[in-house]
Amino acid sequence: MGEHRQADLSVHLNRLLDSDLWFSFTRSPVIVISAVVTLIFFFVTIFAPIVAPHDPFDLASIDLLDASLPPVWMEDGDIRFLLGTDDQGRDILSTIIYGSRISLFVGFASVIFSLILGVALGLISGYVGGRLDAFIMRVADVQLSFPAILIALLVDGLARTLLPREHHDEVALYVLVFAIGISGWVQYARTVRGQTLVEKGKEYVQAARVIGIRRWTILLRHILPNVMGPVLVIATIHLAIAIITEATLSFLGVGVPPTTPSLGTLIRIGNDFLFSGEWWITIFPGTALVLLVLAVNLLGDWLRDALNPKLR
Amino acid sequence: MALVDIKNLQIDFPSRKSVLTAVDDVSLTLEKGDILGIVGESGAGKSTVGNALIGLLEPPGQMTQGEIYLDDERIDNLPDFQKQSIRGKRIGMIFQDPLTSLNPLQTIENQLVETIDLHLSLGESKAKQRAVELLNQVGIPDPEIRVKQYPHQFSGGMRQRVVVALALCAEPDLIIADEPTTALDVSIQAQILDLMRGLCKQQEVGMIIITHDMGVIADITDRVAVMYRGRLVEHGPTDKILGNPDHPYTQSLISAVPRPDVKLIRFPQVTYIEDIAGKNTEIDISQHWLGSAREYQPVDGPLVEIKNINMRFTTKPAFLKKNRIFLDAVNNVSLEIHEGEVFGLVGESGSGKSTVARIICGLYAPASGAIRFAGTELTSLKKQKDLDPFRRQMQMIFQDPYSSLNPRMRVLDIVAEPIIFHQLAASKSEVETIVKDLLEHVGLGAQSAIRYPHEFSGGQRQRISIARALATRPRFLICDEPTSALDVSIQAQILNLLKDLQEELGLTMLFISHDLPVIRQMCDRVGVMKDGFLCELKDTEVLFEKPEHKYTKHLLELMPRLEGLSLEGLEMES
Repeated sequence: MGEHRQADLSVHLNRLLDSDLWFSFTRSPVIVISAVVTLIFFFVTIFAPIVAPHDPFDLASIDLLDASLPPVWMEDGDIRFLLGTDDQGRDILSTIIYGSRISLFVGFASVIFSLILGVALGLISGYVGGRLDAFIMRVADVQLSFPAILIALLVDGLARTLLPREHHDEVALYVLVFAIGISGWVQYARTVRGQTLVEKGKEYVQAARVIGIRRWTILLRHILPNVMGPVLVIATIHLAIAIITEATLSFLGVGVPPTTPSLGTLIRIGNDFLFSGEWWITIFPGTALVLLVLAVNLLGDWLRDALNPKLR
Repeated sequence: MALVDIKNLQIDFPSRKSVLTAVDDVSLTLEKGDILGIVGESGAGKSTVGNALIGLLEPPGQMTQGEIYLDDERIDNLPDFQKQSIRGKRIGMIFQDPLTSLNPLQTIENQLVETIDLHLSLGESKAKQRAVELLNQVGIPDPEIRVKQYPHQFSGGMRQRVVVALALCAEPDLIIADEPTTALDVSIQAQILDLMRGLCKQQEVGMIIITHDMGVIADITDRVAVMYRGRLVEHGPTDKILGNPDHPYTQSLISAVPRPDVKLIRFPQVTYIEDIAGKNTEIDISQHWLGSAREYQPVDGPLVEIKNINMRFTTKPAFLKKNRIFLDAVNNVSLEIHEGEVFGLVGESGSGKSTVARIICGLYAPASGAIRFAGTELTSLKKQKDLDPFRRQMQMIFQDPYSSLNPRMRVLDIVAEPIIFHQLAASKSEVETIVKDLLEHVGLGAQSAIRYPHEFSGGQRQRISIARALATRPRFLICDEPTSALDVSIQAQILNLLKDLQEELGLTMLFISHDLPVIRQMCDRVGVMKDGFLCELKDTEVLFEKPEHKYTKHLLELMPRLEGLSLEGLEMES
């Protein structure tokens, strides 16, 4: 059995290396660089405790005497703090690494949340049709008439009023994930609905019905795998949007609590010091955010073009 | 002096991994007033020759060798702007689909005048006059009124006439028609071909017709060139090639064409096409899995009986009932299918024949009427579970081999799905054995089980479809236009396979087709449908020899005769 699986794996690997997708990937240096940048971010954030030179949240290791040190290449720079320190003596590089961790977690979690919600609603809407379809799609239309950030703010505000204050910091992260996730499902639902309508009419679905397969099995086993292509593209682009939304919310102060700062929180904190000359506190987290979002966005755009034969 | 002279044409399509030679060393000539047919199956390179002639090769295709002369002037190496002035002015084009070759936002007059003006510079009033003359020439009634109309106000056949007028309007020396009648119903096809032939002879225009249809070739061409995988295998006068072909490919191609006039026992084994893996061994139904545990009770009376079936589709949904618009797809159709027979349903597109099939197998619920299968009334069964045993006994083969298989599933999983669903095998390994055996039996070979559908050609996919349909060990098989998306030689193979299986397994079949010759080859009894009504129902031979209904007679008259085709190598039924 094990041997069998290995053979299967090598078949799949060969298929991948032989595919047009891989070919177009290797042909574009920008995309390769974007992929490398994204992978570095993933690696660094996953292994943050090992990679980061300091633990910025370990109060014992913070020394106020190190506060507001500039980056290492400037006068007064300290070799221990490559990108300098903030007003409390925390290493900027380490806070960026830990901050990206939160940003990426919120990004991924909210994308997965809206993907599951959107794909499920889209499938049902497209396959069942009729009044249920009309209802789901009108809700989507209504939601689309509000900017996503407004919906996220609304959800966040509601959570703040409804939840007791002492629990707020614990659940803030999950409220954020829910807020960003709920504001993004419409695009998935619309795409999946359209694709489902196309696939539902195809003869392989009718063949399954003639065999007697039940409609939910058809939906999950036959239609779902065939509508996932565009969904992956949307998810990639949505990841970048979700990270930006999280940063925006945190910058506005309604996101994650300052005790576990994300990139957006870091930018907001540094913003206060920008005009007093300590520019590094905000510029470096900002650069990290731009790099991450740009890389993910480029990957998403490429994926969309590479998977769409009409644009080739 | 020849009008067109193509010398040693070679066209390559370089791809990532290799170079595909689409046209290989093809030389052809055409005289003024002559009609040349280029015939071949899909992928033979026949359209590519036409595109190269007018300088519209699609990238990455490129001419790597050869010369093309039009009236002794070399045209293949001209710069683009000069090629442009040749297209339309000296070479006119007629494309397959009249729906997409006219601009829907422009009146017919505008489109004609634009082209006339561009190439003949007559001035507007004269150009308009000529547009009306042209419409008259191609047989459009009231040309003065019709010329002001938009394409959507014309029917499909009328639109194709306009396309012919558009090709003629700059008085070209040569017309290239790429599958000009493939998108049209038979009755309209005959009219358009007549028109094209008449105009061509009358105005001394050379014409090249590219088609896969032997009927078109026999009807209209003077000479014919047969292409196979990019090569020109044979060319000469039409009578000679069709009646007495020299090349084995031409012979097998012609022998695979279904005949309207004689009934064959089976189609001759066609050589020269894709190889069939695995020998099609005879199976002993009493020993074989396909025969085991069929546990079907013999029935008194017909196996399938439908009574006064009605079906309507909502073409315009609305909230209020009175605002809805319906289309009556099936009107009061009743028929019986007996055990072991092949029942044919024939009709033009939109006649409701596929709808009847889908009602029988439960894809549509009829508005009224009853369906009985093996004595049980299916319309009275409400629960899915009660229907399952009947679903097992009824299977369907679909028209489009490119959409009837789930592209994300392996062939093994596709064929295994019905076996697993109906719990017809005890273990996973048994399922696998059965699937491989089935694939072997439909001529695909067991090793195809681990591959995905996109790795197969249209004919091979249709074999997978057949294997899937057989996997439930059905007793009733519905074939909905099973070969109309396939090339003629592949069609012959698939029809043979269906015939063999029907005899071996004692299957009852409902065979739906728009193609009368195919129906004649396959069916014992035939029903003719028009606009949702069943007009006539008779034994096949009686229907073809002594049709009674007006519509049946009309259909049979339009059927291509194919009288000049060689009968060599055919086993006919006496």
